[in-house]
Amino acid sequence: MFTGYDFDVIQRSLPYLFKEGMVFTLTLTGLAMVGGVVFGTMLAMMRLSRFPLLGIPAGAYVNLMRSVPLVLVIFWFYFLVPYIGAWIIGASRPVAVGAFLSCVITFTLFEAAYYCEIMRAGIQSIPRGQVAAGQALGLNYWQTMGYIVLPQAFRNMTPVLLTQTIILFQDTSLVYVISVTDFLGAAAKIANRDYRLVEMYTFAALVYFVVSLSLSYIVKRLQAKMAIIR
Amino acid sequence: MSAMIEMKNVSKWYGSFQVLKNCTTQVSKGEVVVVCGPSGSGKSTLIKCVNGLEPFQEGEVIVDGISVAAKNTNLSKLRSRIGMVFQNFELFPHLTITQNLTLGQIKVLGRSKEEATERGLKLLDRVGLMEQAAKYPGQLSGGQQQRVAIARALSMDPIAMLFDEPTSALDPEMINEVLDVMIELAKEGMTMMVVTHEMGFANKVAHRVVFMDQGEIVEDAMKDDFFGKPRSERAVQFLSKILHH
Repeated sequence: MFTGYDFDVIQRSLPYLFKEGMVFTLTLTGLAMVGGVVFGTMLAMMRLSRFPLLGIPAGAYVNLMRSVPLVLVIFWFYFLVPYIGAWIIGASRPVAVGAFLSCVITFTLFEAAYYCEIMRAGIQSIPRGQVAAGQALGLNYWQTMGYIVLPQAFRNMTPVLLTQTIILFQDTSLVYVISVTDFLGAAAKIANRDYRLVEMYTFAALVYFVVSLSLSYIVKRLQAKMAIIR
Repeated sequence: MSAMIEMKNVSKWYGSFQVLKNCTTQVSKGEVVVVCGPSGSGKSTLIKCVNGLEPFQEGEVIVDGISVAAKNTNLSKLRSRIGMVFQNFELFPHLTITQNLTLGQIKVLGRSKEEATERGLKLLDRVGLMEQAAKYPGQLSGGQQQRVAIARALSMDPIAMLFDEPTSALDPEMINEVLDVMIELAKEGMTMMVVTHEMGFANKVAHRVVFMDQGEIVEDAMKDDFFGKPRSERAVQFLSKILHH
Protein backbone atom coordinates (compact mmCIF):
# COMPACT_ATOMS: atom_id res chain seq x y z
CA MET A 1 0.00 0.00 0.00
CA PHE A 2 2.77 2.38 0.87
CA THR A 3 4.99 1.51 -2.08
CA GLY A 4 6.12 4.61 -3.86
CA TYR A 5 5.89 6.72 -0.75
CA ASP A 6 8.98 8.06 1.02
CA PHE A 7 8.32 8.70 4.68
CA ASP A 8 12.01 9.34 5.36
CA VAL A 9 11.46 12.81 4.00
CA ILE A 10 9.69 13.62 7.26
CA GLN A 11 12.65 12.65 9.38
CA ARG A 12 15.06 14.54 7.15
CA SER A 13 13.01 17.70 7.40
CA LEU A 14 12.18 17.53 11.13
CA PRO A 15 14.64 20.28 12.20
CA TYR A 16 13.30 22.63 9.54
CA LEU A 17 9.66 21.78 10.30
CA PHE A 18 9.96 22.33 14.02
CA LYS A 19 12.79 24.81 14.55
CA GLU A 20 11.49 27.13 11.85
CA GLY A 21 7.87 26.23 11.30
CA MET A 22 6.57 25.19 14.69
CA VAL A 23 8.49 27.91 16.54
CA PHE A 24 6.81 30.49 14.30
CA THR A 25 3.38 28.92 14.77
CA LEU A 26 3.68 28.75 18.56
CA THR A 27 5.16 32.26 18.85
CA LEU A 28 2.34 33.66 16.74
CA THR A 29 -0.27 31.72 18.73
CA GLY A 30 1.16 32.91 22.05
CA LEU A 31 1.50 36.57 21.09
CA ALA A 32 -1.91 36.70 19.44
CA MET A 33 -3.47 35.02 22.47
CA VAL A 34 -1.99 37.53 24.93
CA GLY A 35 -2.74 40.50 22.66
CA GLY A 36 -6.18 39.18 21.79
CA VAL A 37 -7.19 38.55 25.39
CA VAL A 38 -5.98 42.00 26.51
CA PHE A 39 -7.64 43.83 23.60
CA GLY A 40 -10.69 41.56 23.80
CA THR A 41 -11.14 42.31 27.50
CA MET A 42 -10.98 46.01 26.75
CA LEU A 43 -13.61 45.57 24.03
CA ALA A 44 -15.79 43.58 26.43
CA MET A 45 -15.58 46.33 29.05
CA MET A 46 -16.49 48.87 26.37
CA ARG A 47 -19.46 46.77 25.19
CA LEU A 48 -20.73 46.49 28.75
CA SER A 49 -20.23 50.14 29.62
CA ARG A 50 -23.23 52.38 30.00
CA PHE A 51 -21.78 54.89 27.55
CA PRO A 52 -23.05 54.31 23.99
CA LEU A 53 -20.00 56.19 22.73
CA LEU A 54 -17.88 53.23 23.88
CA GLY A 55 -20.36 50.41 23.46
CA ILE A 56 -21.47 51.00 19.88
CA PRO A 57 -18.03 51.18 18.21
CA ALA A 58 -16.86 48.12 20.16
CA GLY A 59 -19.97 46.20 19.14
CA ALA A 60 -19.56 47.22 15.52
CA TYR A 61 -15.91 46.17 15.54
CA VAL A 62 -16.68 42.75 16.99
CA ASN A 63 -19.50 42.13 14.54
CA LEU A 64 -17.36 43.21 11.60
CA MET A 65 -14.46 40.96 12.55
CA ARG A 66 -16.72 38.01 13.14
CA SER A 67 -18.39 38.44 9.77
CA VAL A 68 -15.28 38.54 7.61
CA PRO A 69 -13.31 35.39 6.65
CA LEU A 70 -9.92 35.23 8.36
CA VAL A 71 -8.05 34.72 5.07
CA LEU A 72 -9.43 38.01 3.85
CA VAL A 73 -8.38 39.81 7.01
CA ILE A 74 -4.87 38.38 6.66
CA PHE A 75 -4.57 39.57 3.06
CA TRP A 76 -6.14 42.89 3.83
CA PHE A 77 -3.84 43.70 6.74
CA TYR A 78 -0.76 42.41 4.96
CA PHE A 79 -1.28 44.83 2.11
CA LEU A 80 -2.75 47.68 4.10
CA VAL A 81 -0.72 47.81 7.32
CA PRO A 82 2.33 49.34 5.56
CA TYR A 83 0.14 52.20 4.35
CA ILE A 84 -1.53 52.66 7.74
CA GLY A 85 1.93 52.69 9.33
CA ALA A 86 3.07 55.36 6.89
CA TRP A 87 -0.04 57.38 7.62
CA ILE A 88 0.50 57.15 11.39
CA ILE A 89 4.14 58.23 11.38
CA GLY A 90 3.65 60.59 8.46
CA ALA A 91 6.10 58.88 6.09
CA SER A 92 5.74 59.33 2.37
CA ARG A 93 6.45 55.69 1.54
CA PRO A 94 4.74 52.54 2.87
CA VAL A 95 6.47 51.26 5.99
CA ALA A 96 8.03 47.82 5.72
CA VAL A 97 6.30 45.99 8.55
CA GLY A 98 7.39 42.47 7.73
CA ALA A 99 5.25 39.37 7.46
CA PHE A 100 5.70 38.30 11.07
CA LEU A 101 4.59 41.58 12.66
CA SER A 102 1.77 41.82 10.17
CA CYS A 103 0.60 38.35 11.23
CA VAL A 104 0.77 39.21 14.93
CA ILE A 105 -1.28 42.38 14.41
CA THR A 106 -3.82 40.60 12.23
CA PHE A 107 -4.40 37.69 14.58
CA THR A 108 -4.49 39.92 17.66
CA LEU A 109 -7.16 42.13 16.11
CA PHE A 110 -9.13 39.21 14.69
CA GLU A 111 -9.06 36.97 17.75
CA ALA A 112 -9.83 39.92 20.04
CA ALA A 113 -13.37 39.88 18.64
CA TYR A 114 -13.84 36.29 19.78
CA TYR A 115 -12.06 36.72 23.12
CA CYS A 116 -14.25 39.80 23.65
CA GLU A 117 -17.43 37.76 23.51
CA ILE A 118 -15.97 35.21 25.92
CA MET A 119 -14.87 37.87 28.39
CA ARG A 120 -18.20 39.63 28.08
CA ALA A 121 -19.95 36.44 29.16
CA GLY A 122 -17.35 36.04 31.92
CA ILE A 123 -17.89 39.53 33.29
CA GLN A 124 -21.66 39.08 33.16
CA SER A 125 -21.35 35.82 35.09
CA ILE A 126 -20.13 37.70 38.17
CA PRO A 127 -23.06 38.49 40.50
CA ARG A 128 -23.96 42.18 40.76
CA GLY A 129 -23.56 41.95 44.51
CA GLN A 130 -19.81 41.49 44.05
CA VAL A 131 -19.61 44.83 42.29
CA ALA A 132 -21.78 46.42 44.98
CA ALA A 133 -19.49 45.01 47.69
CA GLY A 134 -16.45 46.47 45.96
CA GLN A 135 -18.13 49.84 45.55
CA ALA A 136 -19.30 49.83 49.15
CA LEU A 137 -15.66 49.47 50.24
CA GLY A 138 -14.89 52.60 48.24
CA LEU A 139 -13.20 50.93 45.28
CA ASN A 140 -13.65 52.89 42.05
CA TYR A 141 -14.67 51.39 38.69
CA TRP A 142 -11.16 50.36 37.65
CA GLN A 143 -10.30 48.90 41.05
CA THR A 144 -13.57 46.97 41.19
CA MET A 145 -12.89 45.61 37.70
CA GLY A 146 -9.22 44.90 38.32
CA TYR A 147 -9.36 43.30 41.75
CA ILE A 148 -12.81 41.75 41.89
CA VAL A 149 -14.63 41.27 38.59
CA LEU A 150 -11.90 40.43 36.07
CA PRO A 151 -9.94 37.95 38.22
CA GLN A 152 -13.13 35.96 38.77
CA ALA A 153 -14.23 36.34 35.15
CA PHE A 154 -10.85 35.03 33.95
CA ARG A 155 -11.08 32.03 36.22
CA ASN A 156 -14.60 31.21 35.14
CA MET A 157 -13.70 31.59 31.50
CA THR A 158 -10.23 30.00 31.40
CA PRO A 159 -11.47 26.75 29.80
CA VAL A 160 -13.34 28.64 27.08
CA LEU A 161 -10.42 31.05 26.52
CA LEU A 162 -8.07 28.09 26.08
CA THR A 163 -10.47 26.31 23.75
CA GLN A 164 -10.54 29.44 21.62
CA THR A 165 -6.73 29.43 21.72
CA ILE A 166 -6.70 25.90 20.30
CA ILE A 167 -8.80 27.21 17.42
CA LEU A 168 -6.34 30.10 17.09
CA PHE A 169 -3.47 27.60 16.95
CA GLN A 170 -5.13 25.88 14.01
CA ASP A 171 -6.11 29.15 12.35
CA THR A 172 -2.51 30.38 12.28
CA SER A 173 -1.90 27.86 9.48
CA LEU A 174 -3.73 30.27 7.18
CA VAL A 175 -0.68 32.57 7.14
CA TYR A 176 0.73 30.37 4.39
CA VAL A 177 -1.35 32.50 1.99
CA ILE A 178 1.18 35.31 2.46
CA SER A 179 4.06 32.82 2.04
CA VAL A 180 5.10 32.80 5.68
CA THR A 181 6.96 29.75 6.91
CA ASP A 182 4.80 28.57 9.77
CA PHE A 183 4.54 24.86 10.50
CA LEU A 184 2.17 24.17 7.61
CA GLY A 185 4.13 26.53 5.37
CA ALA A 186 7.35 24.65 6.11
CA ALA A 187 5.66 21.33 5.40
CA ALA A 188 4.22 22.68 2.16
CA LYS A 189 7.59 23.95 0.99
CA ILE A 190 9.23 20.56 1.50
CA ALA A 191 6.25 18.82 -0.05
CA ASN A 192 6.53 20.87 -3.20
CA ARG A 193 10.32 20.81 -3.37
CA ASP A 194 10.56 17.00 -3.05
CA TYR A 195 7.17 16.28 -4.54
CA ARG A 196 6.14 14.46 -1.34
CA LEU A 197 2.67 15.99 -0.91
CA VAL A 198 0.88 13.03 0.68
CA GLU A 199 3.64 12.34 3.19
CA MET A 200 4.14 15.92 4.30
CA TYR A 201 0.48 16.94 4.50
CA THR A 202 -0.41 13.75 6.36
CA PHE A 203 2.36 14.39 8.84
CA ALA A 204 1.35 18.02 9.25
CA ALA A 205 -2.25 17.04 9.90
CA LEU A 206 -1.12 14.48 12.45
CA VAL A 207 0.97 17.05 14.33
CA TYR A 208 -1.91 19.57 14.46
CA PHE A 209 -4.16 16.78 15.65
CA VAL A 210 -1.81 15.66 18.43
CA VAL A 211 -1.05 19.19 19.67
CA SER A 212 -4.72 20.24 19.67
CA LEU A 213 -5.84 17.05 21.38
CA SER A 214 -3.20 17.34 24.11
CA LEU A 215 -4.13 20.96 24.70
CA SER A 216 -7.81 20.16 25.10
CA TYR A 217 -6.86 17.38 27.51
CA ILE A 218 -4.88 19.93 29.56
CA VAL A 219 -7.87 22.30 29.45
CA LYS A 220 -10.07 19.57 30.92
CA ARG A 221 -7.60 18.93 33.73
CA LEU A 222 -7.31 22.66 34.43
CA GLN A 223 -11.06 23.10 34.50
CA ALA A 224 -11.37 20.91 37.58
CA LYS A 225 -8.43 22.56 39.32
CA MET A 226 -9.32 26.19 38.66
CA ALA A 227 -12.90 26.17 39.90
CA ILE A 228 -13.49 28.69 42.68
CA ILE A 229 -14.86 27.17 45.84
CA ARG A 230 -18.29 28.60 46.47
CA MET B 1 -27.29 64.44 68.89
CA SER B 2 -26.31 65.46 65.39
CA ALA B 3 -27.65 63.62 62.35
CA MET B 4 -25.11 61.28 60.78
CA ILE B 5 -27.46 60.12 58.04
CA GLU B 6 -30.23 62.37 56.81
CA MET B 7 -32.78 61.40 54.16
CA LYS B 8 -35.12 64.09 52.90
CA ASN B 9 -38.09 63.34 50.64
CA VAL B 10 -36.27 60.57 48.76
CA SER B 11 -38.27 59.23 45.83
CA LYS B 12 -37.23 56.59 43.32
CA TRP B 13 -38.88 55.05 40.29
CA TYR B 14 -38.18 51.94 38.24
CA GLY B 15 -39.75 53.08 34.99
CA SER B 16 -43.23 54.11 35.98
CA PHE B 17 -43.23 52.09 39.20
CA GLN B 18 -42.45 54.15 42.27
CA VAL B 19 -40.38 52.14 44.76
CA LEU B 20 -39.71 54.94 47.23
CA LYS B 21 -42.23 57.64 48.03
CA ASN B 22 -41.03 60.79 49.77
CA CYS B 23 -39.00 58.96 52.38
CA THR B 24 -37.73 61.16 55.17
CA THR B 25 -35.81 59.94 58.20
CA GLN B 26 -32.48 60.36 59.92
CA VAL B 27 -29.98 58.44 61.98
CA SER B 28 -28.14 60.34 64.68
CA LYS B 29 -24.58 59.67 65.75
CA GLY B 30 -24.48 56.55 67.89
CA GLU B 31 -28.06 55.66 67.14
CA VAL B 32 -29.32 52.24 66.05
CA VAL B 33 -32.27 52.43 63.67
CA VAL B 34 -34.04 49.29 62.52
CA VAL B 35 -35.91 49.44 59.22
CA CYS B 36 -38.64 46.81 58.90
CA GLY B 37 -41.68 46.08 56.81
CA PRO B 38 -43.15 43.45 54.50
CA SER B 39 -41.03 42.22 51.59
CA GLY B 40 -41.16 44.50 48.58
CA SER B 41 -41.74 47.52 50.77
CA GLY B 42 -38.52 49.23 49.65
CA LYS B 43 -36.40 48.74 52.77
CA SER B 44 -33.33 47.43 50.93
CA THR B 45 -33.66 50.07 48.24
CA LEU B 46 -33.84 52.76 50.92
CA ILE B 47 -30.70 51.61 52.71
CA LYS B 48 -28.79 51.36 49.42
CA CYS B 49 -29.59 55.00 48.74
CA VAL B 50 -27.54 55.94 51.80
CA ASN B 51 -24.22 55.05 50.14
CA GLY B 52 -25.40 55.67 46.61
CA LEU B 53 -25.50 52.03 45.49
CA GLU B 54 -29.02 52.80 44.32
CA PRO B 55 -29.52 56.11 42.55
CA PHE B 56 -32.70 58.04 43.31
CA GLN B 57 -34.51 60.66 41.26
CA GLU B 58 -35.81 63.04 43.89
CA GLY B 59 -34.84 64.19 47.36
CA GLU B 60 -31.60 64.35 49.24
CA VAL B 61 -29.39 62.02 51.25
CA ILE B 62 -26.75 63.62 53.44
CA VAL B 63 -24.12 61.57 55.24
CA ASP B 64 -21.89 63.39 57.71
CA GLY B 65 -22.71 66.67 56.00
CA ILE B 66 -21.97 65.43 52.48
CA SER B 67 -24.71 65.06 49.87
CA VAL B 68 -24.62 61.59 48.26
CA ALA B 69 -26.21 62.62 44.99
CA ALA B 70 -24.37 65.91 44.49
CA LYS B 71 -22.30 66.00 41.30
CA ASN B 72 -19.09 67.11 42.99
CA THR B 73 -19.22 64.47 45.73
CA ASN B 74 -16.42 61.90 45.66
CA LEU B 75 -18.77 58.95 46.03
CA SER B 76 -16.01 56.34 46.36
CA LYS B 77 -14.46 58.25 49.22
CA LEU B 78 -17.80 58.70 50.95
CA ARG B 79 -18.62 54.99 50.53
CA SER B 80 -15.31 54.00 52.06
CA ARG B 81 -16.43 55.74 55.25
CA ILE B 82 -19.75 53.85 55.42
CA GLY B 83 -19.57 50.14 56.18
CA MET B 84 -22.07 47.89 54.46
CA VAL B 85 -23.08 44.30 55.14
CA PHE B 86 -25.12 42.45 52.50
CA GLN B 87 -27.75 39.75 52.64
CA ASN B 88 -25.56 37.36 50.63
CA PHE B 89 -22.31 38.29 52.42
CA GLU B 90 -20.55 39.15 49.14
CA LEU B 91 -17.11 38.18 50.30
CA PHE B 92 -14.74 37.94 47.35
CA PRO B 93 -14.54 34.19 46.65
CA HIS B 94 -11.18 34.31 44.84
CA LEU B 95 -9.42 35.95 47.81
CA THR B 96 -8.49 34.51 51.19
CA ILE B 97 -10.21 35.80 54.31
CA THR B 98 -7.15 37.93 55.11
CA GLN B 99 -7.09 39.36 51.58
CA ASN B 100 -10.81 40.11 51.85
CA LEU B 101 -10.10 42.06 55.02
CA THR B 102 -7.16 44.02 53.64
CA LEU B 103 -8.10 44.82 50.01
CA GLY B 104 -10.11 47.94 50.80
CA GLN B 105 -7.68 49.15 53.46
CA ILE B 106 -4.73 48.90 51.08
CA LYS B 107 -6.33 50.13 47.85
CA VAL B 108 -8.70 52.73 49.22
CA LEU B 109 -7.20 53.93 52.51
CA GLY B 110 -3.61 53.52 51.33
CA ARG B 111 -2.53 51.51 54.36
CA SER B 112 0.56 49.35 54.15
CA LYS B 113 0.07 45.61 53.82
CA GLU B 114 1.41 45.01 57.34
CA GLU B 115 -0.79 47.68 58.86
CA ALA B 116 -3.87 46.43 57.01
CA THR B 117 -3.19 42.81 57.95
CA GLU B 118 -2.73 43.71 61.60
CA ARG B 119 -5.99 45.66 61.67
CA GLY B 120 -7.84 42.98 59.70
CA LEU B 121 -6.69 40.12 61.90
CA LYS B 122 -7.54 42.06 65.05
CA LEU B 123 -11.12 42.39 63.80
CA LEU B 124 -11.19 38.79 62.66
CA ASP B 125 -10.20 37.81 66.18
CA ARG B 126 -12.97 40.00 67.52
CA VAL B 127 -15.61 38.10 65.53
CA GLY B 128 -13.99 34.87 66.75
CA LEU B 129 -12.61 33.57 63.47
CA MET B 130 -8.86 34.01 63.86
CA GLU B 131 -8.09 30.44 62.78
CA GLN B 132 -9.89 30.95 59.44
CA ALA B 133 -7.54 33.69 58.21
CA ALA B 134 -5.87 31.67 55.47
CA LYS B 135 -9.04 30.00 54.18
CA TYR B 136 -11.26 31.01 51.29
CA PRO B 137 -14.84 32.23 51.84
CA GLY B 138 -16.28 29.08 50.25
CA GLN B 139 -14.75 26.99 53.03
CA LEU B 140 -16.68 28.86 55.74
CA SER B 141 -20.28 28.48 56.90
CA GLY B 142 -22.79 31.21 56.13
CA GLY B 143 -22.66 32.59 59.65
CA GLN B 144 -18.88 32.68 59.60
CA GLN B 145 -18.89 34.41 56.20
CA GLN B 146 -21.25 37.07 57.46
CA ARG B 147 -19.06 37.69 60.51
CA VAL B 148 -16.07 38.10 58.20
CA ALA B 149 -18.14 40.51 56.10
CA ILE B 150 -18.83 42.57 59.23
CA ALA B 151 -15.13 42.54 60.10
CA ARG B 152 -14.31 43.61 56.53
CA ALA B 153 -16.66 46.58 56.80
CA LEU B 154 -15.24 47.52 60.21
CA SER B 155 -11.67 47.33 58.92
CA MET B 156 -12.34 50.56 57.02
CA ASP B 157 -13.04 52.35 60.33
CA PRO B 158 -16.51 53.47 59.21
CA ILE B 159 -18.45 56.34 60.73
CA ALA B 160 -21.67 54.35 60.29
CA MET B 161 -22.71 50.81 59.38
CA LEU B 162 -25.50 49.72 57.04
CA PHE B 163 -26.93 46.20 57.33
CA ASP B 164 -29.14 44.94 54.51
CA GLU B 165 -31.00 41.91 55.88
CA PRO B 166 -27.78 40.44 57.30
CA THR B 167 -29.40 37.26 58.63
CA SER B 168 -31.99 36.53 55.94
CA ALA B 169 -29.78 34.14 53.95
CA LEU B 170 -28.60 32.24 57.02
CA ASP B 171 -29.66 28.88 58.40
CA PRO B 172 -31.60 29.43 61.65
CA GLU B 173 -28.85 28.04 63.88
CA MET B 174 -26.37 30.61 62.54
CA ILE B 175 -28.48 33.71 63.01
CA ASN B 176 -27.49 34.32 66.62
CA GLU B 177 -23.73 34.27 66.08
CA VAL B 178 -24.18 37.15 63.62
CA LEU B 179 -26.70 39.01 65.77
CA ASP B 180 -24.35 38.75 68.76
CA VAL B 181 -21.63 40.57 66.84
CA MET B 182 -24.15 43.25 65.82
CA ILE B 183 -25.45 43.65 69.36
CA GLU B 184 -21.93 44.10 70.67
CA LEU B 185 -21.29 46.68 67.98
CA ALA B 186 -24.45 48.57 68.90
CA LYS B 187 -23.45 48.60 72.56
CA GLU B 188 -20.13 50.18 71.64
CA GLY B 189 -22.01 53.12 70.20
CA MET B 190 -21.68 52.43 66.47
CA THR B 191 -24.14 54.34 64.32
CA MET B 192 -26.21 51.65 62.63
CA MET B 193 -29.02 51.41 60.12
CA VAL B 194 -30.32 47.86 59.99
CA VAL B 195 -32.86 46.35 57.61
CA THR B 196 -34.04 43.20 59.33
CA HIS B 197 -36.97 40.97 60.24
CA GLU B 198 -35.33 40.11 63.57
CA MET B 199 -37.71 41.85 65.94
CA GLY B 200 -35.85 40.39 68.91
CA PHE B 201 -32.76 42.27 67.78
CA ALA B 202 -34.81 45.42 67.27
CA ASN B 203 -36.31 45.12 70.72
CA LYS B 204 -32.93 44.58 72.33
CA VAL B 205 -30.74 47.26 70.77
CA ALA B 206 -32.70 49.57 68.48
CA HIS B 207 -33.34 53.14 69.53
CA ARG B 208 -35.83 53.79 66.78
CA VAL B 209 -37.84 51.70 64.35
CA VAL B 210 -38.75 52.79 60.84
CA PHE B 211 -41.66 50.83 59.41
CA MET B 212 -42.10 50.81 55.64
CA ASP B 213 -44.88 49.60 53.39
CA GLN B 214 -45.25 49.97 49.63
CA GLY B 215 -42.36 52.41 49.36
CA GLU B 216 -43.57 54.69 52.11
CA ILE B 217 -42.25 55.28 55.59
CA VAL B 218 -45.45 54.60 57.45
CA GLU B 219 -44.08 54.89 60.94
CA ASP B 220 -40.89 56.33 62.38
CA ALA B 221 -41.02 55.93 66.14
CA MET B 222 -39.00 55.27 69.26
CA LYS B 223 -38.62 51.55 69.77
CA ASP B 224 -40.92 51.26 72.79
CA ASP B 225 -43.60 53.31 71.09
CA PHE B 226 -43.45 51.20 67.97
CA PHE B 227 -43.75 47.89 69.76
CA GLY B 228 -46.04 49.17 72.53
CA LYS B 229 -48.51 51.32 70.69
CA PRO B 230 -48.08 51.35 66.91
CA ARG B 231 -50.21 54.10 65.43
CA SER B 232 -50.93 52.77 61.96
CA GLU B 233 -53.14 49.84 61.09
CA ARG B 234 -50.49 48.49 58.72
CA ALA B 235 -47.86 48.37 61.46
CA VAL B 236 -50.28 46.61 63.79
CA GLN B 237 -50.95 43.99 61.13
CA PHE B 238 -47.26 43.55 60.35
CA LEU B 239 -46.35 43.13 64.02
CA SER B 240 -49.12 40.63 64.64
CA LYS B 241 -47.93 38.56 61.68
CA ILE B 242 -44.29 38.62 62.63
CA LEU B 243 -44.61 38.24 66.39
CA HIS B 244 -47.35 35.61 66.72
CA HIS B 245 -46.59 32.52 64.76
